[in-house]
Amino acid sequence: MKLWNHYYTPTKLSEASELLERYAGNARVIAGGTDLLVDAKAEEGHTPFEALVDITRIPDMQGIYDQDDAIYIGAGVSHTRIVQSDVLRKNAACLVEGCGVIGGPQVRNVATLGGNVAHALPAGDGTTALVVLDAEAEVIFEGERKWVPIAGMYRGPGQSLLNPTKDLLIRFRFPKLGAGEGTAFDRIMRPQGVALPVLSCAVWVKLDAAREHFEQIRACVAPAGPVPARLETAEAAAAGQPVTPETIETIIQTALSALKLRTSKYRATAEYREEMAAVLLRRTLTIAAQRAKESPQAR
Amino acid sequence: MSELQITVNGRDYHRDIDESRTLAHFLRYDLGLTGTKIGCEEAECGICTVLVDGVPVDSCVYPAFKAAGSSVMTIEGLAEGETLHPLQKQFVRHGAVQCGFCTPGLIMTAHALLEENADPAREDIKHALKDTFCRCTGYASVMDAIQSAAREKRGETPLPVKDPTVNEPMDVISRSVEPQEVWEKVTGVAKYTDDYVFPNMLFARTLRSPYPHAKVLNIHTEAAKALPGVAAVLTHKDVPGENLHGLVYRDWPVMAGDVARYVGDPVAIVAAETQEIADEALALIEVDYEPLPVVADPKYAHSPEAPVLHPEHPTGNLLKHIKVRHGDIEQGFAEADIIVEREYHTPTTEHAFLEPECSIGVPEGVEGHDKLTVYVGSQIPYQDREQVAKAMGIPETRVRIIGTLIGGGFGGKEDIAGQIHVAMLANATGRPVKMLYTRQESLIFHPKRHATIIRIKTGAKRDGRLVAVEAELYGDGGAYASLSDKVMTRATTHATGPYVVPNAKIDCYAMYTNNTPCGAFRGFGVTQSAFAVEQNMDLIAEALDMDPIEFRRINAQKVGVTTATGQLLRESVGLLETIDDVRKDLTAHHNGRGFTWSWREGSKAYGWGVACSYKNTGLGGGAPDKSEAEVEAFEDGTFEVRTAAADMGQGIAHVVAQMAAEELHVAYNRVKVLLCDTDLTPNGGPTTASRQTYVTGNAARLAAGALRAAMTQSAAEMLDAPPDSVHYEEGLLRFDEHKVDYGTIAKWMKSNGIQPRTLQEYWAPKTQPLGTGGDMHVAFSYATQAALVEVDMETGEIHVKKVISSTDIGRAINPLMLQGQIEGGIVMAMGNCLTESFILEDGVPWSRLLSRYKMPGIKHAPEIVSHLVEHRAADGPYGAKGVGEIPSINTTPAICNAIYNATGVRIFSIPVDQDALLLAMKNNRHEVHTAWHDVK
Repeated sequence: MKLWNHYYTPTKLSEASELLERYAGNARVIAGGTDLLVDAKAEEGHTPFEALVDITRIPDMQGIYDQDDAIYIGAGVSHTRIVQSDVLRKNAACLVEGCGVIGGPQVRNVATLGGNVAHALPAGDGTTALVVLDAEAEVIFEGERKWVPIAGMYRGPGQSLLNPTKDLLIRFRFPKLGAGEGTAFDRIMRPQGVALPVLSCAVWVKLDAAREHFEQIRACVAPAGPVPARLETAEAAAAGQPVTPETIETIIQTALSALKLRTSKYRATAEYREEMAAVLLRRTLTIAAQRAKESPQAR
Repeated sequence: MSELQITVNGRDYHRDIDESRTLAHFLRYDLGLTGTKIGCEEAECGICTVLVDGVPVDSCVYPAFKAAGSSVMTIEGLAEGETLHPLQKQFVRHGAVQCGFCTPGLIMTAHALLEENADPAREDIKHALKDTFCRCTGYASVMDAIQSAAREKRGETPLPVKDPTVNEPMDVISRSVEPQEVWEKVTGVAKYTDDYVFPNMLFARTLRSPYPHAKVLNIHTEAAKALPGVAAVLTHKDVPGENLHGLVYRDWPVMAGDVARYVGDPVAIVAAETQEIADEALALIEVDYEPLPVVADPKYAHSPEAPVLHPEHPTGNLLKHIKVRHGDIEQGFAEADIIVEREYHTPTTEHAFLEPECSIGVPEGVEGHDKLTVYVGSQIPYQDREQVAKAMGIPETRVRIIGTLIGGGFGGKEDIAGQIHVAMLANATGRPVKMLYTRQESLIFHPKRHATIIRIKTGAKRDGRLVAVEAELYGDGGAYASLSDKVMTRATTHATGPYVVPNAKIDCYAMYTNNTPCGAFRGFGVTQSAFAVEQNMDLIAEALDMDPIEFRRINAQKVGVTTATGQLLRESVGLLETIDDVRKDLTAHHNGRGFTWSWREGSKAYGWGVACSYKNTGLGGGAPDKSEAEVEAFEDGTFEVRTAAADMGQGIAHVVAQMAAEELHVAYNRVKVLLCDTDLTPNGGPTTASRQTYVTGNAARLAAGALRAAMTQSAAEMLDAPPDSVHYEEGLLRFDEHKVDYGTIAKWMKSNGIQPRTLQEYWAPKTQPLGTGGDMHVAFSYATQAALVEVDMETGEIHVKKVISSTDIGRAINPLMLQGQIEGGIVMAMGNCLTESFILEDGVPWSRLLSRYKMPGIKHAPEIVSHLVEHRAADGPYGAKGVGEIPSINTTPAICNAIYNATGVRIFSIPVDQDALLLAMKNNRHEVHTAWHDVK
């Protein structure tokens, strides 16, 4: 079965934009292709894409670097490169952990963080981490190059802000990890035939100067709604509280009362998901708090 | 078309190709590098792995032009000339190659790992090969091979091979010789059906019913026929002979005509110049259907209100009612002190052999074929010939089936797939026609393991003796009979377990439904009944407060007892030894406090569980069971064994070669094997029922023995020596001072008008049909397994840490490869227990993608300790019985018993649902009656 007709590998952003314009809605942006092509294959009677525009050779989309107080990751960076990056291990453990459990090595070698976000999966493991890192995405949206908060990249389940025949996702940025800050990611899968996690969870915590109290946290469990969202009430409940198992239980209870978890066919019952939300929050908050305690002092 | 510039295995290519090519297609079809296999085209199975600039990728979803300018390495680029790469060498040495279809993917993924990590631990290998699947080996030998290769690359001694201990090895028998064609498999040279290409070949596709039950009113093929590049579009009207096939009942239309009975029934077939044109043509065929009510459940199928799916079948939707009656069931339960009655559910499961079905038809008179020829990797080539001939309306003598290598079968390649369709298209077009199923098509099309509902009531006395078993089984046979009759018979006759049960009443209802047909799958029905039987055994043992192993020992079959079907067991019943082997290992397993069935560590619960099994060798039940083999001597001193017995990775090729070499007193490497060519090899019968080692092994042994006798006679004449003074040395016959080699004798025989070859027929001992008493089977293999599980009490996640197994196989012909069967069977059975369920929703498969059907990967692979028990079977060749199925029968109940011991929750429906298990633990419930597919 033919999935596409023409394949382009532009090496400049402008070239990619021109190709998309030239095909006027009949070309699709492709990065690793592990979602796009597999989905196309699964679709009954798929009409071949007239053209695929592969963005992975565009240098603007390939870097991982820190500049000023932010970390930048190109949208075309593979999961493998994220997992292996020292900069990210230091500044975004949750992202490294999230990207490290996606697929197997063959998939991680080609699948990109940009693809993960552009596909707008409510439980993309990389995006759950980006949410708590307070990331922004740089896009060319309706012809305009701009930064969009990560939550703004989603319009609904599987629905991205971006039009895949027109717009481009260039790179991500988020603040460097500061002193007294730490992150963690974990997820629960089932071994049977569903590719999406039962639940995944990422947290970012910032402790006070004494490293005894939560100053601020950011937490996200997904899928828990049409788009990935932060657990705002739970985050508020953490502020100023001592780093203790009791506080973590309070955070969990606050999170659970706000979460509306559904039973998802062949994936998990709502009851199981609630149990897992608690387990994941407990595990990730404990680890992130530990990492924050052990993080280097501010210079 | 555009020019692709690419380096492959160090060679630069500039090729004009279609921009829509995937890298896998480019390598296979444009460059002819067919070592790279395609298993799913979903980036799921990983067997298509190649390295792009040193990085492993799934070439099946990797656009060829994405690799433009890159350097690609495939399996063909790994060996340096005749020198194998350490990975290739060690895969051979550790017996890590069975069907060989996934081998290139495993080796290439491992190669990338070793380039990065010179000393990978088990966990590193599990991480790197997480998504590179193998359905045969169970991964233990694969991990050994990779670690050995790493050691070899570092200049260290490779790991020792875990060759199991056997009794009395002979010159060749009970020796772990290399399997046949293993060099070809590790280098990518081995040819499976899709690797064959004929000039002027067309590509075929099948249009299948999207409805589980529908009248087919009209099929409009005009638009498809008019599409340029289409050579033929055929429907039921074009079936030249009888529009039916089927191995036991001929009830399955070659092409659905009036009615489609399941999603997957073929309605039209197309042959075109390219695969893409064939796909386009399918989309142009319009079919008018009238959907009919769907029978999606075997119990509903049995009810009077269900529509009758096969009006010509005398008992309606009841394909067969199978009965076992033994002793006096009422009296038996009256004597019982403890009675346990429970209901168990098992799902439909899928073989997921890694090579999807492929057939190539070549018409008579084309490319040197003197008759209509079908190339196919099939488990039953002679029945393929019969079925092709009947459907084509020509005599069998005008059809030839040529068996290619088979990329896994496990029972799933017994029924007709594309064999008849390619014959029809080849004859209609006068050209060779290849029909390769996509993974997704393979999933919906071929017969599966039966879903069952098993209610079983077991009675025992306080002293632990079983007194009665009453059971009712429902088997969902799906739309066509396939092997349902035989499979469900086996489920029924084995429903007492391998125990002495004086009173039994077992009823099984094999039902027609509109689900995917079900047929043969490793274990052949016994996998399902063992799940129920062995958990009832633990329930009774617990009620009696008796050790589950001791309880099994008390009731174990042994020589001198009679089975519930009335068979007196006269010999070769090694069950007690297998129990004792496992008990010995188990009780030696200390966790600091001596052996305990369960314990806790933090949030983890651990438990051991045990289960026994038995499985017949051979067709049995009164079916004539015979095989033929031919052995020929050549003037260069080599031999060839010829038989149509299928090697789908289980290794019948090396088994018959070993038997011939032993009988002839020659080295194993002097014996070559030719399998499965209906013009060149005599009929070995179906490769099913763990029968080939026993039946075709015997035929090969007898043929080789007869040839040795004939050649001895000729040598004696030639040398004018008394024949009885002969001594055999390796490859030589010595008569006192004279000696002569086999090659010279072969030459002498030919020049004297004697053909140095013998053909022998072997008939297995006669068996009796069920219900008549007497010997229903020629032999049984026995096994005991213990599984150690770890259950995460916070999440319900289950890991099988270790499996201890002991198997009575009569005799190990090739101990290492036999161990591979056991390890592979255990891991396949773990899938049955923990991950696999082929889900249908009102007859429509939900599991139509491999991503929706997860088989165990390397990260699931437990540590396996396996012992062999060799209770020789008098009629088995050198005492051997079957091994193909037995290891995959008791793993599931052993794991479930272990989960119970670990958590106090018993699982009555598989695959085990971690969600339901956790909630049961949290809510203090002790039983789980739902499975993954019930989460809705």
